[in-house]
Amino acid sequence: MSTNNNNHRAPVSQKPLKVPKPQDTTTIGSMISIEINEKKFSVPFGTTILEACRDNQIYVPSLCHHEDLCIAGVCRICVVEVEGMKTLQASCAFPITQQIKVKTTSERVRRARRHIIDLMLSEHYGECYSCVRNKNCELQNLAGEYGVDGFTFGHPEKPVFEIDRSSYSVMRDMNKCVLCRRCVRTCIDIQEVGVLEAVERGDKTKISTFFDRPLNDVICINCGQCINRCPTGALFTNDPSDEIWAAIDDPKKHVVIQTAPSPRAAIGEEFGMPAGKSYTRELNTALRRIGFDKVFDTNYSADLTIMEEGTELLLRLKKKLVDKDDSVKLPQFTSCSPGWVKFIEHFYPEYLDYLSTAKSPQQMFGAITKTFYAQESGVNPEDIVTVAVMPCSAKKFECNRPEMTDSGFKDVDYGLTTRELAKMIKEAGLHLPELPKSDFDDPFGEASGAGLIFGATGGVMEAALRTAYELVTGREVPFENLRIEACRGFEGIKQASVKLENVKTEWKFLEGVDFKFVVAHGTANARKVMEMLKAGELNDVHFIEIMACPGGCIGGGGQPIPTSPEIRKLRAKAIYEEEESLPIRKSHENPHIAYIYEKFLTDGPCGHISHKLLHTHYTKRGDFIV
Amino acid sequence: MEKAKRNGLVLFTDYQQGSAVKKAVTLTRDDILFELREAKLKGRGGAGFPTSTKWMLTAAAIADKKYIVCNADEGEPGTFKDRVLLLEYPELVFEGMVIAGYTIGAEYGFVYLRGEYNYMLKSLNDYLAMMRKENLLGKDIAGKKGFNFDIEIKLGAGAYVCGEETALIESLEGNRGEPRNRPPYPVNRGYLGYPTIVNNVETLASVPHIINKGGEWYCTNGTDKSTGSKLFSVSGDCEKPGVYELPWGTTINELLDLVGAKDTKAVQVGGASGVCLNQEQFGRKLAYEDAGTGGSIMIFNSKRSMIKVLKNFMEFFVEESCGQCTPCRIGNRKLLEGVEMIEKGTFTFGYINSLKELAKTMQIASKCGLGQSSPNSFLSILENFDDEIFHSKGNGVSHVN
Ligand SMILES: Cc1cc2nc3c(=O)[nH]c(=O)nc-3n(C[C@H](O)[C@H](O)[C@H](O)COP(=O)(O)O)c2cc1C
Ligand code: SF4
Ligand code: SF4
Ligand code: SF4
Ligand code: SF4
Ligand code: FES
Repeated sequence: MSTNNNNHRAPVSQKPLKVPKPQDTTTIGSMISIEINEKKFSVPFGTTILEACRDNQIYVPSLCHHEDLCIAGVCRICVVEVEGMKTLQASCAFPITQQIKVKTTSERVRRARRHIIDLMLSEHYGECYSCVRNKNCELQNLAGEYGVDGFTFGHPEKPVFEIDRSSYSVMRDMNKCVLCRRCVRTCIDIQEVGVLEAVERGDKTKISTFFDRPLNDVICINCGQCINRCPTGALFTNDPSDEIWAAIDDPKKHVVIQTAPSPRAAIGEEFGMPAGKSYTRELNTALRRIGFDKVFDTNYSADLTIMEEGTELLLRLKKKLVDKDDSVKLPQFTSCSPGWVKFIEHFYPEYLDYLSTAKSPQQMFGAITKTFYAQESGVNPEDIVTVAVMPCSAKKFECNRPEMTDSGFKDVDYGLTTRELAKMIKEAGLHLPELPKSDFDDPFGEASGAGLIFGATGGVMEAALRTAYELVTGREVPFENLRIEACRGFEGIKQASVKLENVKTEWKFLEGVDFKFVVAHGTANARKVMEMLKAGELNDVHFIEIMACPGGCIGGGGQPIPTSPEIRKLRAKAIYEEEESLPIRKSHENPHIAYIYEKFLTDGPCGHISHKLLHTHYTKRGDFIV
Repeated sequence: MEKAKRNGLVLFTDYQQGSAVKKAVTLTRDDILFELREAKLKGRGGAGFPTSTKWMLTAAAIADKKYIVCNADEGEPGTFKDRVLLLEYPELVFEGMVIAGYTIGAEYGFVYLRGEYNYMLKSLNDYLAMMRKENLLGKDIAGKKGFNFDIEIKLGAGAYVCGEETALIESLEGNRGEPRNRPPYPVNRGYLGYPTIVNNVETLASVPHIINKGGEWYCTNGTDKSTGSKLFSVSGDCEKPGVYELPWGTTINELLDLVGAKDTKAVQVGGASGVCLNQEQFGRKLAYEDAGTGGSIMIFNSKRSMIKVLKNFMEFFVEESCGQCTPCRIGNRKLLEGVEMIEKGTFTFGYINSLKELAKTMQIASKCGLGQSSPNSFLSILENFDDEIFHSKGNGVSHVN
């Protein structure tokens, strides 16, 4: 039986029913005047009461509401009085289409809110001090803010549900679930995967999976987006930090850590800093103080990915255009987002040949560390423990894929998320923002800015274009300051092209080709792209970048909570700013990359050695789980 | 109920099949809306929303499609009057839908039929086929060029909450039957997002008579605010349970006499989600402005234990809540636990008072009518039968150990 149904994924009640806000708020009728707590305001027609309040610095609590998600109106914590209506209204779900008078803290409202929190606590089993979300939990905050001073309607003494620890990536403790359904909406609306659903009714209602199966047994793509939007500690990642501490404490082990671009642009948030500032070099210091033997930059292997994936693309183009080999699949899809890889394996297994065979930067790094680095440094690869700091929960699944052992060992031992690393740093007694700065370790050292922008949606495409264009034409991409604006920004699906002219002689077959590319993020958009491809609308496209998470890795499932469009924008800004300050901004100009091709991957990109170590294959999973 | 010919005022009277549709197509939309407004017809499904307003709003909504939905989910415990209408007077219900379609410009209607009523499906479909033959359904109905309308019957899946109009629409669309946020209301965004009228069976069945005889005539029965007649499904401790058509404004005492109820202690008006009245309140009128009801009247004599009655109702709600919103999903469970404490004698008055406060919150903070009305019986039984529940000992109905 199929575990998903493409039709009717999101119940209409959970689709946005908001009246769209007018673009031009100066036209007549686009603004509407209302009264909140006896003060007059003018708000755009169709704004919800909650938005109207928050836009005017009136705080109304919410729980099931999330900026990224459609309206649910189920928790009822946001209720307010609307004059003339007998019942209280959920402010998050009430679009203002006429002049109304609202009261946000009347006696009835305050009592209702406290009752609702009391009710939620009466079903909530968990202790804050042992909870991953301690001090960052919306339920805890509500209880604190709304005067809960006891369990009016009782409190469970023991757990009801077994914790689902089956997945490499995402764990579920439904004893802490408050049934806000944010995870359901995330999985259905943002990701169009549809693993999680509310089942049963009445007081038996719970969030469950297909036939209540454990998460590793359903079509979950491990993206962790549900975790990032869960208000409580009901969803969390599979945390390997204890094993990592043990490896660090083991004198025989040589523990190496690589850090991806996105965690550094967000980890400050875990230390109370505002979003939008990178802590790359402070992080290096922190990692050394924790006790990692070497601190490497994943951007290095991102540069390597560009070389491999870019070469693969050019080879595909050559086979198609010169050798007229029709078995070659184009457009080529990126493969560095493990959530996306699992998505296509489940939902479009017949298209796996379109996926680049290049491994993700994380896995390339692992394979190189336990071979080339071991060789260069003289450390026995058996004693090397590789840890990857990632913004991503799917990376945990990825490093455990059985095929990811090309070095002869498990290429990457542990995937560690930004949040989990922040805890390790705190446990080591360090306050990240105050630490001195330090550099990455050799032999990989500094990487290019191209690798850095992998963190934001469109970044891989931009990095690939910078290299491929220059390889083919001998000139820099024709954009000011190397900024390829067509790749940037948060539009769900971006399409653009670059004309290849005056190409070098060896690339003559590309002369005059309009190089077309598509960039998409969030697997709901990925699904749209796949449907476009199926419908034959993308036949003339050459390269497609897909990231499973909204915003790309900066919005990954391992990143600091909360997330919102604004926060992701700030993280992206931090990345783009940092990249412009780097001396090298093209992957192929990274001297360490040239070095490895000279010393180790001696038959060049997509050669035999790199094929063995840096490329992989995929599994046709389908939507059937056996 | 028994198939015998009933004597009534409006619904249970003779009706010439097709007459109202034939008359309606000679009238303008405005004429029909005017008659309905004159008749002051209010929804018979429980909420009592003015039918003319609902139709007018739907008629005024701008959309390329509109729908009529007949709510035949009849899930309220103790209600069985829609079943009688559908079995004995299907012409009234279907023609009411056709007239609604004509009035608002809809071409399609659904009957959302309670799953347990599937035994009627064949006869109802046969009836629809007959209407098509008679040109009371289909194209150019009753000779009116361009007026097309057809009706489809869809079976419900047995959840009480699916009688709530927006949950019903979700269910019609093939989704989990859960109430939607309102606004927007179905009159603006209903089935598949199109303006939709959802009306109770009885509301629709009243329309043909109003069309034939006029709104003014309709008002000759009932009270000023509750015009016309109402079907009451009477059950419980009485000699003659069944469906009665009575004018609005009938008092509970009058009704009890009529149905041969003796030694009556309590009357639950409006089903599980209604209120429970004690003897002192039997002089009250059955009317929207006094004791309103979708039609369910349950009679309990002096041998019944009110706490058991209440427990039954609360068990019903704990199970039937759709589980979406916090006050209803958990609140009903807490109220039921409170009732069980009372039953066992393990309660404190302080806690019962907290539950009463909670019940009031549920009434105003729940997302839909189910959670908003589920505390009604809790509050009314604890208040109206306070003596029996909290102060009596050894009278045979005691529950305090
Ligand atoms: C929980 C719940 C159950 C309901 N069940 C029914 C029902 O079975 N039949 C019905 O006609 N209305 C039912 N209603 C009322 C409908 O939501 C709606 O108000 C009614 O169908 C409107 O029709 P009317 O205006 O003709 O009364 C129910 C409401 C709630 C909240
Ligand atoms: S989920 Fe929140 S309230 Fe519950 S134990 Fe964790 S921190 Fe505390
Ligand atoms: S990890 Fe992603 S795919 Fe899996 S349940 Fe969460 S949102 Fe859905
Ligand atoms: S698991 Fe988290 S997000 Fe999902 S319903 Fe429960 S509390 Fe909400
Ligand atoms: S009040 Fe009850 S039935 Fe209605 S939406 Fe809430 S949980 Fe569902
Ligand atoms: S935040 Fe509005 S109902 Fe949950």
